Amino acid sequence: MSPDVVIETIVAILLLIGTTLALLSAIGILRLPDVYTRSHAGTKSATLGVLCTLLGTFIFFAGMENFVSVRLILGILFVFLTAPVAGHLMCRAAYRSGVPMSNRSVQDELKDVILSDKEEQR
Amino acid sequence: MFQLAMIISLILLSVSILVGLYRVMKGPSMPDRVIALDAIGINLIAMVAVISVTFRTSAYLEVILLMGIIAFIGTVAFSKYIERGIIIESKRDN
Repeated sequence: MSPDVVIETIVAILLLIGTTLALLSAIGILRLPDVYTRSHAGTKSATLGVLCTLLGTFIFFAGMENFVSVRLILGILFVFLTAPVAGHLMCRAAYRSGVPMSNRSVQDELKDVILSDKEEQR
Repeated sequence: MFQLAMIISLILLSVSILVGLYRVMKGPSMPDRVIALDAIGINLIAMVAVISVTFRTSAYLEVILLMGIIAFIGTVAFSKYIERGIIIESKRDN
């Protein structure tokens, strides 16, 4: 096997893994019952999927055309740092604005903490 | 064979973007829609990467970084609006 074929195989496998993870996260967004579980599906696996895809792209350009793209490394780092932060901010805003949990949730510990904080502020 | 794998990846990404669009239209609350839009933005980043591999051009690699930054800023602005009602707070004059 020539080196080009090896690189193409690695890149194809990485890209297929990444896009399959993106599809799994979309199915999670479609089927899970409330906003918190949906963000659990949408944040984690979509981030891992886009990381696999960008890593495959980086390996493709570094191996086939000898082009080490700094912008791609920066993009990988930036998406890896910011996607969980965005999910956390959105879940926090959803909880504070009173979006209800699903009927099947059994415990809500944050509610007591927020209530006692409000009583301390009075 | 390689082109076939790229086409399959593009189809999977398109299906996941369509599913996210369904959640944006139907989602019962506002944070549902924003989370689905964030996932759509991340899928679009992956789509630009796959297209640049398919065409063997490195001209689109800036777009990946820019779309990551813009999706993050948009989500932060939306979440601050949903939580507090304003995005940029005015200074307190005392």
